[in-house]
Amino acid sequence: MSEAPVTAGFDGPIAIDLLTDPAGVPRARAMLQRAQWAASAFARYDRAAVDRIVAAAAAAGAARAREYADWAVRETGFGVAEHKVIKNLASTTGLAQAYAGHDYVTPRVDPAARIVEIPRPAGVVLALTPSTNPVATVFVKSLLALMTRNAVVVSPHPLARECSADAARALADAAVAAGAPDGVIQVVDEPSVPLINALMTDERTNLIVATGGVGVVRAAYSSGTPAIGVGPGNVPVFVADDADLPEAARRIVDSKSFDNSILCTNESVLIVTEAAAGALLRHLQRAGAYLLPPEDRDKVRDLLFPGGHFDTRFVGKDATWIAAQAGLRVPGTSRVLLAPFPLVVPEEPLAHEKLCPVLGLTQVGSVRHGIGAARAVLRLGGRGHSAAIHATDPATIMEYGAALEVLRVVVNAGSSLGSAGIGTGLAPSMTIGTGFFGRSSVGENLQPKHLVQWTRLAYNEDPAVGFGDFTGLVPWEAPTGAVPPYPVASNLRDHGGRPQTGHPVPANKTPGQDDRGAAAGPARPAGTPGGTDADMEALRAEIRRVVLEELRGIVGDGRG
Amino acid sequence: MAEELIAFPSKAEMLDRSRQFWNPDKTQFWMDSGVPLVIDRREGYFIYDVGGKRLIDVHLNGGTYNLGHRNPEVAAAVTAAMQRFDIGNHHFPSLARTALAEALVNTAPPGLTKVVFGSGGGEAIDIALKTARHATKKRRIVSIAKAYHGHTGLAVATGDDRFSTLFLADRPDEFTHVPFNDLAAMEDALRGRDVAAVIMETIPATYGFPLPAPGYLEGTKKLCERYGALYIADEVQTGLMRTGELWAITKHGIAPDILVTGKGISGGMYPVSAVLVSEAAAGWLSEDGFAHMSTFGGAELGCIAALKTLEITCRPEIRSLVFYIADVLGRGLRRIQSAYPDWFTGIRQDGLVMGLEFGHPQGAKFVMKRLYEHGVWAIFSTLDPRVLQFKPGLLLTPDLCAELLDRAEVAIAAARDDAGSARPGGRPPALPARGTTPGAPGPRESPARRDPPSAGPASPANGRWVR
Ligand SMILES: Cc1ncc(COP(=O)(O)O)c(C=O)c1O
Repeated sequence: MSEAPVTAGFDGPIAIDLLTDPAGVPRARAMLQRAQWAASAFARYDRAAVDRIVAAAAAAGAARAREYADWAVRETGFGVAEHKVIKNLASTTGLAQAYAGHDYVTPRVDPAARIVEIPRPAGVVLALTPSTNPVATVFVKSLLALMTRNAVVVSPHPLARECSADAARALADAAVAAGAPDGVIQVVDEPSVPLINALMTDERTNLIVATGGVGVVRAAYSSGTPAIGVGPGNVPVFVADDADLPEAARRIVDSKSFDNSILCTNESVLIVTEAAAGALLRHLQRAGAYLLPPEDRDKVRDLLFPGGHFDTRFVGKDATWIAAQAGLRVPGTSRVLLAPFPLVVPEEPLAHEKLCPVLGLTQVGSVRHGIGAARAVLRLGGRGHSAAIHATDPATIMEYGAALEVLRVVVNAGSSLGSAGIGTGLAPSMTIGTGFFGRSSVGENLQPKHLVQWTRLAYNEDPAVGFGDFTGLVPWEAPTGAVPPYPVASNLRDHGGRPQTGHPVPANKTPGQDDRGAAAGPARPAGTPGGTDADMEALRAEIRRVVLEELRGIVGDGRG
Repeated sequence: MAEELIAFPSKAEMLDRSRQFWNPDKTQFWMDSGVPLVIDRREGYFIYDVGGKRLIDVHLNGGTYNLGHRNPEVAAAVTAAMQRFDIGNHHFPSLARTALAEALVNTAPPGLTKVVFGSGGGEAIDIALKTARHATKKRRIVSIAKAYHGHTGLAVATGDDRFSTLFLADRPDEFTHVPFNDLAAMEDALRGRDVAAVIMETIPATYGFPLPAPGYLEGTKKLCERYGALYIADEVQTGLMRTGELWAITKHGIAPDILVTGKGISGGMYPVSAVLVSEAAAGWLSEDGFAHMSTFGGAELGCIAALKTLEITCRPEIRSLVFYIADVLGRGLRRIQSAYPDWFTGIRQDGLVMGLEFGHPQGAKFVMKRLYEHGVWAIFSTLDPRVLQFKPGLLLTPDLCAELLDRAEVAIAAARDDAGSARPGGRPPALPARGTTPGAPGPRESPARRDPPSAGPASPANGRWVR
């Protein structure tokens, strides 16, 4: 409780704070409880109902892809709106299409193995989403949850709070309108470190899917709750002599400049054999890369890594803007700055992850040395994450893949999108499992199957014991109305429990439609600002601090 | 320290002393009813007998524990407040009272603009009735037969005369009782234009939650307007989100002139009650603000508890939980009912307000006893012991709902066998049938009825009143 003013004659504001939990925690716990109910209802939906809901939610997100792209850039200051539109579409209708033929709902029967598998959702999924890739991650995690009949509570990164929350609500509204249970997608309005910790350790959370800095991911794993956490990347890209050099150059520049390198799958260090270097450089420059001369390279290095640590002010910024900040004049068409350095070693800042369109460049004498350099890049960070190679000889590609401690290597494709399953055969996802190499439980791109487990009915293998005929047996059903229904008095209902026609039911029938602005509760009517300007200033400062902390985690401390 | 203040050698000894020093009849009644409950620990929706027996509480003292026993958020708010406040001085404007009054007005049905505080439901009802009388300059109050609005001076006269005549507190000349769900009777009572107010529980709790017939409350409100009487909504039990709306009366589209809340408003942590009054009815607050005084009325710790309770209750998540719980329990109970349609004869439900009807005049007493054995505490309706009051909490989890239904199913089946030997129309063999006459007609047929007085000091009172 705060202290009261004691001065006689005082007539300023009086505020007595009786909060004992960190702000937002009680409300967020209530969300988990609502999610628990939603999950228990959703787990019994049939496939047709689930497909309808997924399609509706995906369409709702896609319809506002541009709006959220602009909003995310405006709110966070990161990235390129044009590219975020692409990601938002890929993460909604694209995702729905990718999994259109998949079924995570209907039991599967394998008469040969004498096994029947019944899908069982995780239940309540806590989705931590990042600031760098905010809306697309909200979309992906929400839709994956819907596909697998889970309820999800989204805790967005504070810096991307508003666009993330609005995007989650857009999907929630569409899903519920299409028949999903109330509360199937919820979002925390006041994310903070204590709040996330409270939610992660709450026993109503069945699974944490954490995208963020190392700190958040480690916290998820130590919470005691099953977790899927993904770590940061630091992507080496190797160009071998036998690569299609013009194509390789174009792909690398496109990928490195995509959303200004904000995806954790973006190329960090380009490794090229001496034999191919000259030609590749010409093609890179033609594609929009600008090769920094040594003294300019030093200026950019000093700018990006003051004191050896990446300055998060440069996350997702344009190449030309960064050059200007370094006092350089580069062509206005420059999309990527190429920063050459001789050796991949920990004390070389440019060998570390850079979430901005500055690409490290190093030359090697042979394929073997190239693989060695790529391995060195991954020793600095990004273990388990992604790598890329441009080559034609399968032996080279195999050797590269077998040597690097990553769980995906995109071949002859850009990594930013390719590793995220856009334009490659990988699962489309903004959440990249880093597996055992990266101290994560999941080694694939996050996909629906990670959110569902299967009850297996295993028959006696003795053929003399009959195997049941399960054809057409589905234990689930479609909802027959709003879930849950409005509580109409029983004497106004017919025998099936539905409201009789002719009896008015209040307009505000869905409990979920009135969430916005209700967080303040009755003591603080909606519309009344919650605090003074000074409070807001303090809040902003706190958010900045949290953001910086996370970004420091994302980019690693240079030794990771 | 607590051990020094509270120490008994055994439960039996404690019960002896309870009989000796507190209430001999009430103490004995529960022993005879097969509910020898002395509540010790309590947490969430569980209460524990001193012997350790765990019970799921679906009585909740009429909604007092809507948010569970010792809700941690409410407890924390009160604990924090105790570092600064106590009950306060009722004569002065107060931070906590003003904040609560504003919060209540902001969440109230339209037109309610002032708040008067009491310490309990009965006092609040008295305040409401006094307010109506002042506003209309009329004296007569109309309530339904078998109403229960509390046992204070005026409130007791609105209810069954069993409790007023005992204390010579009945006032038939001023208090008219009309049968429930009978608009013609209501109009007859109002036609003389001498009625200050109709006081009405939105769903009469102690009567076993008979549901208002479609149009009954709406019609009553119209009659009030036509004949110049105020409409007082007693939302002591039906309010605070139990029906899926903060105030059940809003489900009927009624803007009452006065609304009364108590019980659950302060989360069961510190007593307070409140009367919400329309501007038109609130004249006395401007004319003579000292006209109703109550030292503990609007006690500041209670106001803090109520502010927190109201804030929790108004979270959209909580409303959603109520929808889910009402749906799951409603469906579960209907499933049980379908197995025993001759015994479990009806379910009255509006959200989490439920009355379960059984096919025996004392049916709910059998069920109460079996539920107790099976770890559930729910209470019969004193004014209609066929009906069990079933009042689950707002924050129940799916697991606890499933457990509750499992227990209820077994208990209801067992009670059916118990009652079987007593039927038709017989008295329950193992239960005291005091408080009602076995085989008495249902409440609709018999609006007011008194038990034959029983003789002897061992059985002193003529009615058993259970809230
Ligand atoms: C509907 C109703 N009104 C009023 C009251 C009186 O409240 P209290 O017991 O706090 O005086 C009760 C108590 O049970 C009640 O159920």
